Amino acid sequence: MGEKLQKVLVPTAAMLIFLLLWEAIVWAAGWPNYKMASPSDLLPAYAKHWDLFVKMSWQTLWRTVVGLILAVIVGTGIGMIMGFSRLMRDALYPLLVGFNAIPKATVVPIVALMFVGAHDFNTVLIAFMISFFPIAVSVSIGLSTLEPEYRDILRSLGASQATIFWKIALPKTLPEFFGALKVAVTLAFIGTNLMEIVSPHGRGLGALFDSGKTNSDYPLMFAVLIALAALGIVLYYVVVAMEKTFAGWAER
Amino acid sequence: MYPMIKIEGVRHAYKTPSGPLPVLDGLELSLEEGGFVAVVGPSGCGKSTLTRLVSGLMKPDEGKVMLHGEIVAGPRSTVGMAFQNPVLLEWRSILKNVMLPLEIVPNKMTKAEKEDRARYLLALVGLEGFEDKRPSELSGGMRQRASLCRALVHKPEVLILDEPFGALDAFTREDLWQTMHKVKENEPFTGVLITHDLREAIFLGDQVIVLSGRPARTQYVLDVPNTGPRDLEHLYTPEAAEMLAILRHQIEIAQGRAPADGEAA
Repeated sequence: MGEKLQKVLVPTAAMLIFLLLWEAIVWAAGWPNYKMASPSDLLPAYAKHWDLFVKMSWQTLWRTVVGLILAVIVGTGIGMIMGFSRLMRDALYPLLVGFNAIPKATVVPIVALMFVGAHDFNTVLIAFMISFFPIAVSVSIGLSTLEPEYRDILRSLGASQATIFWKIALPKTLPEFFGALKVAVTLAFIGTNLMEIVSPHGRGLGALFDSGKTNSDYPLMFAVLIALAALGIVLYYVVVAMEKTFAGWAER
Repeated sequence: MYPMIKIEGVRHAYKTPSGPLPVLDGLELSLEEGGFVAVVGPSGCGKSTLTRLVSGLMKPDEGKVMLHGEIVAGPRSTVGMAFQNPVLLEWRSILKNVMLPLEIVPNKMTKAEKEDRARYLLALVGLEGFEDKRPSELSGGMRQRASLCRALVHKPEVLILDEPFGALDAFTREDLWQTMHKVKENEPFTGVLITHDLREAIFLGDQVIVLSGRPARTQYVLDVPNTGPRDLEHLYTPEAAEMLAILRHQIEIAQGRAPADGEAA
């Protein structure tokens, strides 16, 4: 079996086995679909609401991605500040940890009130807020743990701090950065949906989930969850592909 | 004519929470162009501080560090450095690693010339055919050879080696000693080697300097008579045995385990 084929077949088989087990358990336990929908309930749900799924998925996806891009920019910025300055690290760490410890579900109503009507902005904001922390921490750790010899090699040649950052610190931090980005991807989805569900405004998969709840359409609710999982998987593998391109050297 | 490296009356102390920690006190060193000095001394006596002074990464509290009669005021691109940790950039090929200094030091070389220079050095140290490998694919000794090439690629006047062979096994180390002699024959540089290995010191150095315990001063200077390329056999001659005995005795004095010369033995 070709290695490439195996890379596709193995996860596909695992997923099929998972779906079969799910179906079997629901069938064996005799659960009605309002208790636990089974995969065979999902297909009709997708078929019935396909147009909505496409539209809402796109809304969830783009807002998640924008939030994530913001998280990368701001997180890297904060990470750089903390990575290069001991003083800033000491100053910012407790603030960051405190901010991260606040449940974002409680922030949603605050944000929704603060920027009334700016749904897209609010959603992006929550996605960003929930996902920048791991990026900031990983970048700061990557930079602050750079062995002094790396710095000395370039400094002794008269290189500027900026050169040291571009030539050594940045590429050396990339593996940690991508590790954090993988965590951030799933977090950003949680953020987007939190906004969509807690402060519904008729957009995104969260809104679809909410309407499933109001209409007691349980298969629809499960179908939304699976759609979210699928989006999460897609975005995760986009990050994996980027990691391969930019930090493939770190793989042994 | 100024000596290539001249260190005069250098004193230096590190600031620590519990007050200043003197590391150097009365460091003297003078090395002609093309010379090679090996610096030995007890652990933690300030040998690495010496390399940071010569490379301009640090300024001494007192005294002068001069290259070509000019006081070292900051980093200068006429210095090349290699450490015990080869610190190669894992995301670059060996060739690109060696070329790194040429991306920083101002020069008029074309891309092809830079590459030729790096390839020439890699061949000189026996790494021909490994140019496109990643550092992680190389053994410890090979990585150290590549690190040596990187330190030399911009034709530095002064090559500083801070225990570059310290982490290698004995056979690899001896291999690299011989490589060093080959490099010395082909590349003009003035060398400063920090080492813990007395055999290495007399095999590679034209001059061996023994530093005292902390704070370090120049305690003893030994001139190695047989300058120029050497064979490993030279390490087993009576002359070598005598030099090693003198150095070992001096180290014992530096460690405080033997009385200083002049006192009753």
